[in-house]
Amino acid sequence: MQDLSFITRWIDNFLSGTLHFPEWLTVTTECVLIGLVLLLLYSVLALFYILFERKVCAYFQCRLGPNRVGPWGILQSVADMFKILIKELISLNHVDKFLFGLAPFLVIIASMLSFSVLPWGNGLQVVDFNIGIFFLLAVSSIGVLGILLAGWSSNNKFTLIGALRSGAQMVSYELSIGLSVLTMVCFAGTMSVSGIVAQQEHTWFIFSGHIPAIIAFLIYIVAGTAETNRGPFDLPEAESELTAGYHTEYSGIHFGFFYLAEYLNLFIIGGVAALLFFGGWMPLHIPGWDGFNACMDYIPSVLWFLMKAIAVTFVMIWFKWTFPRLRIDQLLAFEWKYLLPINLFNLVLMVLVITFGLHF
Amino acid sequence: MANLQAIVAEKFPEAEIVNGETLELNVPDAKWHSLATMLKDEFGFDNLTALIGMDWGDLLGVVYYLTNTSTWEMVRVKVTTADRVKPMLHSITDLYAVAGIYEREVYDFYGIIFINHPDMRRLFLRNDWVGFPFRKDYDANPEVNPVRLDHEKVDDVTVSYVETAPGKIEKRKVEIFSPEQFVVNIGPQHPATHGVLRLRTAVDGETITKIDLYLGYIHRGIEKLCEGLTYPQTLHFTDRLDYLSAMINRHALCLCVEKAMNIEVPRRAQVIRVMMDELMRISSHLLAIGTFCMDLGATTMLFYPLRERETILDILERTTGARMTFNYNCIGGVIADLDPNFQTDVKKLLEIMPKAIKEYNKVFTGNVIAHNRMDGVGVLSDPDAKDYNCTGPTGRASGWACDIRKRHPYGIYSELQFEEVVRHEGDSMARFKARISEMEQSCRILAQLVDQIPEGDICAKVPKIIKLPEGHWFQQVEACRGAFGVYIESAGGNQPLRVKFNSPGFCLAGAVDHLTRGEKIADLITIGGSLDYVVPDIDR
Repeated sequence: MQDLSFITRWIDNFLSGTLHFPEWLTVTTECVLIGLVLLLLYSVLALFYILFERKVCAYFQCRLGPNRVGPWGILQSVADMFKILIKELISLNHVDKFLFGLAPFLVIIASMLSFSVLPWGNGLQVVDFNIGIFFLLAVSSIGVLGILLAGWSSNNKFTLIGALRSGAQMVSYELSIGLSVLTMVCFAGTMSVSGIVAQQEHTWFIFSGHIPAIIAFLIYIVAGTAETNRGPFDLPEAESELTAGYHTEYSGIHFGFFYLAEYLNLFIIGGVAALLFFGGWMPLHIPGWDGFNACMDYIPSVLWFLMKAIAVTFVMIWFKWTFPRLRIDQLLAFEWKYLLPINLFNLVLMVLVITFGLHF
Repeated sequence: MANLQAIVAEKFPEAEIVNGETLELNVPDAKWHSLATMLKDEFGFDNLTALIGMDWGDLLGVVYYLTNTSTWEMVRVKVTTADRVKPMLHSITDLYAVAGIYEREVYDFYGIIFINHPDMRRLFLRNDWVGFPFRKDYDANPEVNPVRLDHEKVDDVTVSYVETAPGKIEKRKVEIFSPEQFVVNIGPQHPATHGVLRLRTAVDGETITKIDLYLGYIHRGIEKLCEGLTYPQTLHFTDRLDYLSAMINRHALCLCVEKAMNIEVPRRAQVIRVMMDELMRISSHLLAIGTFCMDLGATTMLFYPLRERETILDILERTTGARMTFNYNCIGGVIADLDPNFQTDVKKLLEIMPKAIKEYNKVFTGNVIAHNRMDGVGVLSDPDAKDYNCTGPTGRASGWACDIRKRHPYGIYSELQFEEVVRHEGDSMARFKARISEMEQSCRILAQLVDQIPEGDICAKVPKIIKLPEGHWFQQVEACRGAFGVYIESAGGNQPLRVKFNSPGFCLAGAVDHLTRGEKIADLITIGGSLDYVVPDIDR
């Protein structure tokens, strides 16, 4: 497996060795570079996801989807991006201007920060510290603050209801995400992202952890769908009930931030699923099949990670375009009465599996 | 009926009894409430089918059509008042819940105040409207009622005229919403109201405590317009009421005029009319279940029924030249002959439909979330369905066998083999399933007729100028959303004195408040979608 950290090392050597930058300047330059790359990746991924979802749902609905701008409509989301960039930011009376402006940034910062701990490829990781997963859970929870603020500061009854729904929903489903992640952390024995990936070199956790890992994955993907506010859990923005929920009053790029964050959160949920269950950037290895394993190693690690994340998100898009929406009481009952007990039971099961060495 | 006639004659000597199309009773207002109580309690007339405001020039009044839901007998009651300044009649809202919304309509258009009605506000027009437009002496000068561009003041208080002692009427203020209530304004522009309908919804958290209905955003005064036009000219308005059952509505008006003129419609035209009605019904139900599922968040389920609906619209387009307002029926028959490929097209459709229905059930009906969202939500009991006059799939899902095609067969329906779909749960799921089963029954009717279209004329010979004799006629048909009634009163001549379109959607909208009390906001959408009202049908 090619180690891509030579790129980062080369940049580091170039800055400090060839250009004789002092250390603080090297670090600053590297941070700026990483920030730029991440921002670029962020927007490109969002554009890709918008087109991907539109094409996928069109396929489900006996339609063609975007097909006019560029071949197969691939430039459609670029056109959409320009449209949203040049739209007017409508300023409203009777709103809390500061919080109203702050909310979309909070939402987008939360998902940007989560990007930093994802295992992009062999040696490509922004920060790698021993509580990586913990950091991920912490920063992804900031998003709900942004949504609550957006709903409250808009001074609109629909947004308020949407925000309250969102608050209740995200706080509840964070429990499930946390517990299913905890189950896998137990199995891995480490919270470090690179550590978790390294442990899956030979078999992915979903195979080696068998029953408890599969249960954890199912719960994770359900709770993950709820965390991203997507159908069938899209109550905070249920368009047929609340017109657009918490972001009803937003326009232009402020709305665009919510929109981007929604798609990127989708990718983050997919990426974390890839990390915890499908070996991060690790290629598919089957013990004993050496020829097959060697072939798999030729596929670049970045592609592996992206493919896994996109495959998981495809399933979530599939959910959205198949199921009707839940009602708020059913949504909360589902979490507290079913997912949470199953999750706790699953955690015990995982501990038993680890203690008695029943895993592969 | 003879029994009823004798008892009414004995107990209400003032009442004038006429044997017309139905039994007709003309009573003075003072006796009306007690007569209504007797009709309801002793003779089982538990359904107020229509309530029609009238202006005869000298007299103002109301015509009531009451139905006995076990024998399907109808009785017509006429109550009049000579007072044109402050006309007052007694309300029957305490006996028939649907009268609440019907009487507000009459108040709005004729200015007749209903005593003991809990909420005497205008229903369709603005609160600052001057005059009562359906009165014959109404001043239509645009200077009296200019297009007002200012906001209409929203009232949280209404008035009620309460009779404290016989003959003593007191005006009281009634509170609609108290200042503490959290009122969410749903509509008139809202994705789930299926048009410009406005529901002021008081919520307690996510629970709905009360809904106040605001109508009239697209009221076009079609009934008033009809009074100035000849009968053939009135026909095209019906396509613009409930545009999803355009053919059926027009069929009703044609039937009513034909009944008045005693025109025998050729057999070929009758078969064509019934086939078109059933095609219309399938297409309407397809759209209804599609949009209903979309309201619940299952967007994909919208597109599958639309795909089949497209086939039907193509069939209709080939014969009528239009996809929405068809203008196809005419007095005496139909306007144009069928497309040569009509039969093959219908046969193709009949092949597609069973597979498509199976697919809908697979994608949506069996889904556990769909069951959670629809089972037991918005339960309408059988007596309530009759009380609120909720006909059509809604009434039949509540166990009320109210299919006009079976109860008062018109056209060639009495010769056809089909089942009346009756379910007993009364919830949203039952209404959804009733629509799916009705599509199957409509397919069955089409299958019986597709090879049996006789040769012959498509239209009877009718006079060049259509004049109706003096009199009044009431004709009901089974439209896609329920019993659609047409009432024509003629004073002779080529223009009607009064035309009333008694639309099913109006009554369905009237039941929304009753159905949503104590349910969640999301259930309001479910209930609205399952009732499937169409706003142009409410605002005529």
